[in-house]
Amino acid sequence: MFFAQGFWFPDGASTNTGDHDWLFHFILAISAIFFALIIAVGTAFVLKYRRRPGVSAEKSPTHNGTLEIVWSVIPSILIVFIFYYGFTTYLASRTMPPEAFEVQVTAKKWSWEFNYPNSAQDPDLYVPAGKAIRLVMTSEDVIHSLSIPAFRLKQDVVPGRYTDSWFQCDEPGTYNLFCTEYCGTLHSKMLAKVHVLPQAEFDDWVEKAADIVGNAPSLLAAGEILYHKRGCAQCHSITGETLTGPSFLGSFGTERAISGGGRVTMDENYVRESLVNPQAKVVAGFQPVMPTFKGMKDDEITAIITYLKSLAKGE
Amino acid sequence: MSSEAHVADGSAVHAEHETGENYLNCSHGLRSWLLTLDHKRIAVMYLAGLAGALFLGGIMALVVRLELWTGDGLVLSDDLYNHAFTLHGAIMTFLFIIPGIPAVFGNFALPLMLGAKDVAFPRLNLLSWYLWITGAVFAIVSMVVGAVDTGWTFYTPYSTQTSTQVINMTMGVFILGFSSIFTGLNFVVTIHKLRPAGMTWWRMPLMLWGLYATAIIQVLATPVLGITLLLLVAERALGVGIFDPSLGGDPLLYQHFFWFYSHPAVYIMILPAMGVISELISVHSRKTIFGYHAIALSSVAIAAFSFIVWGHHMFTAMSPMGNMIFSALTFSVSIPSAVKTFNWLATLYRGHIRLNAPMLYALAFIFLFGIGGLTGLFLGALATDIHLHDTYFVVAHFHFVMVGSTLIAFLGALHYWWPKMFGKAYDETLAKIACILVFIGFNVTFLPQFVLGTRGMPRRYHNFLPEFQGLHQASTVGAFILAIGLFLILVYLWKSLVSGKKVTVDNPWGGSSLEWLTTTPPPHYNFVGEPPEHDVYDYHDIRYDAAIDGYVLSKNEGDAAR
Ligand code: HEC
Ligand SMILES: [Cu+2]
Ligand SMILES: [Cu+2]
Repeated sequence: MFFAQGFWFPDGASTNTGDHDWLFHFILAISAIFFALIIAVGTAFVLKYRRRPGVSAEKSPTHNGTLEIVWSVIPSILIVFIFYYGFTTYLASRTMPPEAFEVQVTAKKWSWEFNYPNSAQDPDLYVPAGKAIRLVMTSEDVIHSLSIPAFRLKQDVVPGRYTDSWFQCDEPGTYNLFCTEYCGTLHSKMLAKVHVLPQAEFDDWVEKAADIVGNAPSLLAAGEILYHKRGCAQCHSITGETLTGPSFLGSFGTERAISGGGRVTMDENYVRESLVNPQAKVVAGFQPVMPTFKGMKDDEITAIITYLKSLAKGE
Repeated sequence: MSSEAHVADGSAVHAEHETGENYLNCSHGLRSWLLTLDHKRIAVMYLAGLAGALFLGGIMALVVRLELWTGDGLVLSDDLYNHAFTLHGAIMTFLFIIPGIPAVFGNFALPLMLGAKDVAFPRLNLLSWYLWITGAVFAIVSMVVGAVDTGWTFYTPYSTQTSTQVINMTMGVFILGFSSIFTGLNFVVTIHKLRPAGMTWWRMPLMLWGLYATAIIQVLATPVLGITLLLLVAERALGVGIFDPSLGGDPLLYQHFFWFYSHPAVYIMILPAMGVISELISVHSRKTIFGYHAIALSSVAIAAFSFIVWGHHMFTAMSPMGNMIFSALTFSVSIPSAVKTFNWLATLYRGHIRLNAPMLYALAFIFLFGIGGLTGLFLGALATDIHLHDTYFVVAHFHFVMVGSTLIAFLGALHYWWPKMFGKAYDETLAKIACILVFIGFNVTFLPQFVLGTRGMPRRYHNFLPEFQGLHQASTVGAFILAIGLFLILVYLWKSLVSGKKVTVDNPWGGSSLEWLTTTPPPHYNFVGEPPEHDVYDYHDIRYDAAIDGYVLSKNEGDAAR
C-alpha cells in the first residue's frame, strides 16, 4: 500500500509528474530501508542485551574507524544521488518551453483571477489539453502561492514582481488549485478549479468568456454571472447574511454610515467608486479589506449595478 | 564576576550538608527564589514557566485539532482559527521549544557536570529568566487580549498590513531573543572557563557538547532575529519601506532574514536534545558511548551547517541557481545526524540495558527522530519539495523533529534528572504507561499528516475538501491520546513532589558524570568540599549497592553490577 501510487498522490496529470513521483518513491524506498534497519538493529539489541540478573555489560570497542567511515560514506553517496536527481527534475519543471500558451494570474485576498490574451477573465483556470501552459503571476496585496497538486506544481505569487511556472496536461479533466501561502482570514477558501479542455472546447470557452455581457441573455443575467465570477459572492451575500462585507439584499438606494463620519446613499456612482477605489468610503463596522476592481470593464460595472438594483427590489 | 563570591569556605559547606540542607531548603520564602542566583533554582523556575507555556500551547493545539474535525470547522470563525494556530505555533516555538532543554536541564546540569559551583555569570542567568517572563507576558497578552493572526513566522507584507497586534507580539519575541542570547553567552563562557583541571574538551559529557554548539548558535543567530523584528516594527510603525513592496521594499528579504535565524533555531531545539539522548543511552546501557568524537564533532558540524541552509524554506520563491546551492547544502546536514543515530545504536551493543522511563524516551527518540530526519530528505530534494512545500507534509516533518524528538528528549531528561532535582521518586509504572501513550498518540497524530501533505492538503487551512476528512479525524484522535499521556505525566509528577518517596541515594541510575557523584538534591554550592574527579562514560567503578538501591563509586571488585 505504501508504495502504491494512489496511496500518496492524486493521480498525476501533467507531463512532469512521472519523474517527480519516481523520485518520491525512490527516496521513500531508501528511507524505508534505513528506517527498518535502524529499528531492527535497535530492537534486537534491546531484547538481547536487556538487563537480567547475573548478566552484566560486556566489553566492546568504543569506536571503530572502518565502521564509522562506512556508515558515513554510504548515506553520503545516496544523498548526492537524491540531490542530483531532485535538482535536474526540478530544473526541467522550471525551464519554460518556448511555445507556451500564456495565462496571466493575479492573486488577491482571497481569490484568483486568470486573464487570457483576448482579455477574457475568470476565477477558475481554463486551459487547452496537450499544450504547454505558462502562468505569469503577480499579487495585488500579500504573498500567495499557487498550488496544483495533480500537476505537482507550486509557485509563490509575490506583490510587486512577476513569477512564473509552466505545465502541460494531456488529459482533459478538472483539478484542484489551492493557495498555499498563508494570506489571512479566508486563506483556506482561496481555492479554484483547473479545467483542462480539448482544444476546440477551450477555444469556444475563451471566446465567450471575453465578452460576458455580450454573451449573456440580458444585462441583469450578466450582472449575476459577474457577481459570482468576480468573487463578490465570497464577501457579499444576497440573502441578508453579513459575511466579510455587507449583504447586497435590499441595499441599493439606501443610506449607510461610513467610518470616519458621514453618510452616503448607495447609487450608481457609489457602487462604481466601491469597485474602482474601495477604500475611499469604508462602510462603518467593516474592515477595509475589499480588493480593488480597477480593471473592470464599463459594461461589466453597469451589469453589476443592474444586478444590485434588482436585489434592492427583492426580485 | 560573582562566581568568585561563590567560593565559600569548606567548613560552612560541610555544616550545611550534615544538617540535611540542600539547594531547595537552604533558604525559604518567595523572595529567596525570585532573587536567587543559584543555577539550580533558576532551572526549577524555568521548569515551572516552561510547563505553563507547554500547557497553554497544548490547549491551543487541541483547539486547532478539534476545529479540524470537519472541513467546515466546528465552532471557530476563520479569524479565530487563525489566531488559535498562531497562538499555538508562537507559544510552542518561542516560549517552549527554543528555551526548552538548555533553560531547564542546561541550567540544572551544566555547572554540576563541570563540577562548578554555578554558571560563569549567575546574575546574567537570573536576568535571562526575567527576560523570559517579560517576553512571555508580552507575547501572551498581545495574542490573547489583542490577537495576532500572522502565524509564528510573521511573513511580510501580510504582517505589516494586518490590523492585529503584531508590534507588541514582535517586541515579546525580541525580548525572548535576548533571554536566549544571554543564556547562550553564559554557557559558552562557563564551558570555556569553569571546566575542572582534568576535564579537557574531549572528556566533557556529550550533553555539554550539545549545549555548547547550541549556545554558539544562540549567540550568533538570535541577534539577526532581533534586527529583523526591529525592521518589521520600523516598517509598521514608521512606514519605512523595507519589506512591503507598496513602500518600495522587498517581501522576500524578510524571509531571508527570518530563516537566517529560524533555521539555526531548529538546531537550537535539536542539539541539546541529542546531548540528552547521548547521556540517557550510555547510562542506561552501562556502556561507554560509541564514537564519542564523531558525536561531539557532528554537533559542531550541525551548528556550522545550520547557518548556510536557510534558503530551503523558500524553494518556491527563489531562482533555480539559489535553490540548487541551498538544496545541496541542506543535504550536508543529514550526514552528521545519521552518524549520531548509528552511534547510539552501536552503544546499545553488548550493553546492560535498563528499560525504565528515561530509556524508553531515548528509544522513542531514535524512532521518531529517524522518521523526522528521513522525511527531511523529501524536503531537501528540490523536485519533491516543490510539491510538498507548505502542505501538511511539512507540518508533520517538523513536528516529528520538534515534538517527536525535542519534546521527547525533554521528557526523557525530566525523568532522568527528576530525582536529582527534587529528591523525590515518581511512579515508574505510570511513567512507562504515559511514555507509551505519548508515543502512540504522537504517531497517530502526525503520521496521517504526511499523507494529507502528499495528497496536497495545504497547511494553515481552517476549511478543507471532504476527501481530507478521514485523515484529519485520525490526527485529531491522536492529539487527544497524546494530551492524555502528557496530562498523566503532570499528575504523577505533581504527586511525586507532594507525596513522593524520598530519594536519598546520590546515584539512582548509575550515571558517570559528576552530577551523580554529589548528594541528592545537591547542596547550594553543588558539591560538599572538592568535586570528585571521574571520567565520564567510565562505568567500571560505578557499582550497584543493593543495600541502598543505588550506585556508589567503589574500587571494590566484589560488588557485582546488577
Ligand atoms: C475580500 C472581500 C470582498 C470582495 C471579494 C468584494 N468585496 Fe465589496 N466590500 C467588502 C467589504 C469588507 C466592504 C465594506 C467595507 C468597505 O466599504 O470597503 C465592501 C463594500 C462594498 C460595497 C459598498 C457596500 C455598502 O453596503 O455600502 C459595494 C457596492 C461592494 N463592496 C461591491 C463589491 C462587488 C461588486 C464585488 C465583486 C466585484 C465586491 N464588492 C467584492 C469586501 C469585499
Ligand atoms: Cu492564501
Ligand atoms: Cu530550515
